Amino acid sequence: MSEMPILQTRALTKRFGGLVAVSDVSLDLYVGEIHVVIGPNGAGKTTLTNLLSGDLPPTSGEVMFAGRDIAGCSSDHISRLGIGRSYQKTNIFLPFTVFENCRLAAQSRTPHATRVFHRAGGYPEINRRAEEAMAAAGLDKRAERIAATLSHGEQRQLEIAMCLATQPRVLLLDEPLAGMGPHESQRMVELIKGLTADHAIMLIEHDMDAVFALAHRLTVMVNGEVLESGTPEAVRSSPAVQLAYLGGEEILHD
Amino acid sequence: MPNARLTAWLPYFVVGLLALFPMVESTFYTQLLTKVLIMAIFAMSLDLLVGYTGLVSFGHAAYFGLAGYALALMAPKYETVSLWWSLPAAVGVCALFALITGTLVLRTRGIYFIMVTLAFAQMLFFIFHDTKIGGGSDGIYIYAKPAMKVGGAVLVDLEKLQNFYWLVLALTTLVYLLLHRVLGSTFGRALLGIKVNEHRMRALGFPVFRYQLASFTLSGALAGVAGYLAATQYGFVNPEILSWHQSGAVLMMVILGGMGSLYGAVIGAFAFVLLQEVLSNQAWFGIAAKHWQLAMGIFIMLVALYLPQGLAGLLQQFGRKPVAEIADE
Repeated sequence: MSEMPILQTRALTKRFGGLVAVSDVSLDLYVGEIHVVIGPNGAGKTTLTNLLSGDLPPTSGEVMFAGRDIAGCSSDHISRLGIGRSYQKTNIFLPFTVFENCRLAAQSRTPHATRVFHRAGGYPEINRRAEEAMAAAGLDKRAERIAATLSHGEQRQLEIAMCLATQPRVLLLDEPLAGMGPHESQRMVELIKGLTADHAIMLIEHDMDAVFALAHRLTVMVNGEVLESGTPEAVRSSPAVQLAYLGGEEILHD
Repeated sequence: MPNARLTAWLPYFVVGLLALFPMVESTFYTQLLTKVLIMAIFAMSLDLLVGYTGLVSFGHAAYFGLAGYALALMAPKYETVSLWWSLPAAVGVCALFALITGTLVLRTRGIYFIMVTLAFAQMLFFIFHDTKIGGGSDGIYIYAKPAMKVGGAVLVDLEKLQNFYWLVLALTTLVYLLLHRVLGSTFGRALLGIKVNEHRMRALGFPVFRYQLASFTLSGALAGVAGYLAATQYGFVNPEILSWHQSGAVLMMVILGGMGSLYGAVIGAFAFVLLQEVLSNQAWFGIAAKHWQLAMGIFIMLVALYLPQGLAGLLQQFGRKPVAEIADE
């Protein structure tokens, strides 16, 4: 674990008209750590991810990445800086092969946009990175399959593979286990564990087994605000969290 | 596989046949085929936008017509203008205009993009229609075709119908090969990615706007090649060359042929121009020939209903069936 957080938010706020979706959120992400964000639906978790990835501009507050404020930068700029994200709703190129999905992702790092007469498949470096990302996500046997024909779980894996092919230092994973069976979930948890050493990971998740299996740090959000943040043990025993989840207690204990 | 080899050789075969065409055929059909090929360039340029970048432009005639006017304004009244500089200049004007309009229209999407591209084309239409720059609604005559000279000697005399036809055929082939190459590059793949999922491309770090602008500019420039040739062929330009009918016609060619395949655009241009010629033939259809648009409309609706991949999709179905069956076994 490195001492300096690679990504930091300070008093991050997003308003949609009168609705405050994210309110005064401050959190730190460190390389080598998984920071899990949990909370009921509508707590602002996905909006928070959107603020960090540049899909939405914040209303106020700072997002510091490696020492510079990137709040309000466009999503393609933020991606090129080294912050990759996966989406809650599978967001891939359905008509393309698995390999082409990853190849495009890898291409974004070395675009060669001006070399318009050179075959897209003719860059060994890009192909290698695409293949590595597929292998890391366990999709190397599916390279030539059309993405639309993959199972739901495999599409989720592809989502991660594409993210990895962009070689990010920060990974923002928005419910990677959503809609997965127990077997697939287990594989995904192992995959995410394997990524921890080289990445700072923010994980949004509802599956409590996965949350406690993975979390180094846990943040609970309710109504756009951070209710509690700290080690999983500390958060689990926090009276405020217990109170907020009263009636939803099974979420923390099942 | 003989089938694959046949497909690989088919384009060369078609180009060869087309090259031989004026040797055996009459003036009329050579002229008609010249028009078809010019429209094929125009349709391919639009397909780059519609079929490969996911941008439906309804104002593509602006670039087509602008190149025609550029040629008409550059050509001295009773002398020939050199093709060597007038073609690049006309195409350059179109590229520049596309670059400027592109930076504005690419801020919109979907139906708004359609409307804004139409608006720019209409603006250009009325500029040439209502001012004296291009001779108003009467247009300008181009009395002599551009000259291809090398050191004072005429290399190719474009006044000869066949020579002009061959030049058009060569440029059509060149544009096809250029686009084929460009679309196979990382740039082309990025465009396809943008068409399929613009949002994800942005999240992957692609500066989507710049890619779209490059595509828009290239598309406008190539439409300019077609417009230059069309003005040369007809020997005059008037605002009709910029009208939304023209934008609609080329869009229909792309849809008819099948969006997202270059040879589809070529097939679409063939089908549209030839069909127009047949349906408006009074000797065959008598009074109905006047209303050829009606029959054309029905035909296009049928294609849209039963051939979502266009006429190119029909070819693919026949060509690929055996391969698909082998793969299934």
